Amino acid sequence: MATTTPQKVGWSVANVVTIVLVLIPLVWIISLSFKTTGSITDPTYFPVHWTWSNYSGILTTSTFLRPLLNSVGIGAIATFVAVVLASMAAYAVARLNFPGKSVLIGVSLLIAMFPAIALATPLFNIERVLGLFNTWPGLIIPYVATGLPLGIYTLSAFFREIPWELEKAAKVDGATPFQAFVRVIAPLAAPGMVTTAILVFLFCWNEFLLAITLTATTASRTAPAALSFFTGSSQFAVPTGSISAAAVVITIPIIIFVLFFQRRIVAGLTSGAVKG
Amino acid sequence: MTTTTPPVTVEEPVAGRRGRPKLSEGARAERRLGWMLCAPAVIVMVAVTAYPIGYAIYISLQRYILSAPQLTKFVGLSNYGAILSSPFWWHALLVTIIITVVSVAIEFVLGMCLALLMYRTIWGKGGIRTTILIPYGIVTVAAAFSWLYAWTPSTGYLSALFNNSAPLTSQPKAIAIIILAEVWKTTAFMALLLMAGLSLVPEDLLKAAKVDGATAWQRFTRIMLPLMKPAILVALLFRTLDAFRIFDNIFILTQGNNGTGSVSILNYDNLFTGLNFGLGSAMSVLILICVAIIAVLFIKGFGTAAPGTSLQR
Repeated sequence: MATTTPQKVGWSVANVVTIVLVLIPLVWIISLSFKTTGSITDPTYFPVHWTWSNYSGILTTSTFLRPLLNSVGIGAIATFVAVVLASMAAYAVARLNFPGKSVLIGVSLLIAMFPAIALATPLFNIERVLGLFNTWPGLIIPYVATGLPLGIYTLSAFFREIPWELEKAAKVDGATPFQAFVRVIAPLAAPGMVTTAILVFLFCWNEFLLAITLTATTASRTAPAALSFFTGSSQFAVPTGSISAAAVVITIPIIIFVLFFQRRIVAGLTSGAVKG
Repeated sequence: MTTTTPPVTVEEPVAGRRGRPKLSEGARAERRLGWMLCAPAVIVMVAVTAYPIGYAIYISLQRYILSAPQLTKFVGLSNYGAILSSPFWWHALLVTIIITVVSVAIEFVLGMCLALLMYRTIWGKGGIRTTILIPYGIVTVAAAFSWLYAWTPSTGYLSALFNNSAPLTSQPKAIAIIILAEVWKTTAFMALLLMAGLSLVPEDLLKAAKVDGATAWQRFTRIMLPLMKPAILVALLFRTLDAFRIFDNIFILTQGNNGTGSVSILNYDNLFTGLNFGLGSAMSVLILICVAIIAVLFIKGFGTAAPGTSLQR
């Protein structure tokens, strides 16, 4: 479909407007990260006094690098586990008949609803007893549990849309149900899976409350929690410069992650796969 | 042999005859498979949340103030009564509902526009999608701080828009600012889910409609929207449930002062500042009930688009 010039111009304008509006607050954060602590309260949009000291400060201390590693590791593992488990459950929900299905949906939703504030203290108690406190699994398991409802819902919406005939065809060709799933269904549900993975990962990345409650040292503390322990130039100063610098540094892996995955989001259903 | 039809008629991939069994071998296998597939997910979810929820309900029936543990005693539903008769609760509920409805509505419209943009724009797809997703990837606390600085008079570039009148201390303006912070951050969530939903719409249908003379708006409302219903349900439902429990942005921007507190802020104040675990737990349960009501309304409203219903075979 040939694109006419007015169309091109239209899309370009939309692109540019969107990018600018989204980036204005972002550039503000970046500029905050370059302001000296003395000039943090300047009302200028761009820093008048530039400094790299915020960045050098955070990147040379292990109290930030290690949490960054924790965030990446915990987020990646939790995302992987959540997507796998959610795919299995979503497949069952979307394709199979079994009693208790709607109860499962309802309960999983209810679980996602519970205010995290009330979850924090009991989880703290359990994890201490089980020896999971301040460990990676200690955060991974709650994150998986919180990401599962969204994953199940999203993926079952996708699985439902895939034509049943494809699976039958695969079975006729001799595939086991597992093979049918891996080779036929999963690729078609890729948009849903990638979307779920991105959302779960970003949730783990951002999560703050459980991160500060269930960790005590840099052994397992994630980046958002580490942010809250930053100290400023004096005990009365909020270390906005360091926090902004840390936020920028933390966001860079996200950008890479999303850039890498975003193409898969619209791998697209092969709508021609089932003719007639 | 009595033939009882199975609760749901199952069309079997196994060729040929099945008769009318009590429950065919295939159907039984299907059930087992269904349960087995769901089991890991269910186990994880229940294991993590069963004890805390049970514990919270148990505590909510007691008078349990951490700073005076010797006064602990069972008080039945009086915590709930205290909350429901308190104007603070109803005020916070109203603020929460306003913030939720407005921000979800804005995010839905914007998210839909962005989804269309991300899906169909002619150049720079990767860049656009990544840019839109960045706000969602920034740690909420850091973003909230940056907004705080932007709106505080004499430290930020935005407060000049209001003649330096400290907009964060006036209730309607502060709520608007909170909504802005929420929308900037989580529109990406909606846009992402809606874009994935857009990918479910077959290109051929749209082309055929175009050939038949449908305008872009008609193509949008008559073809895209209905086919996206499951994705829309997921996006709206989860976003609403999250928005109802808003906490981080309000906490950093206003600490809930000047009448901007949501129910979660109220909950936090009671639990951690007032150390009143009994009241706080009761509030958590009430929030859960509110949220459950919202979920039920959504699912009922969306009908067959809900997952787990009306398998098309």
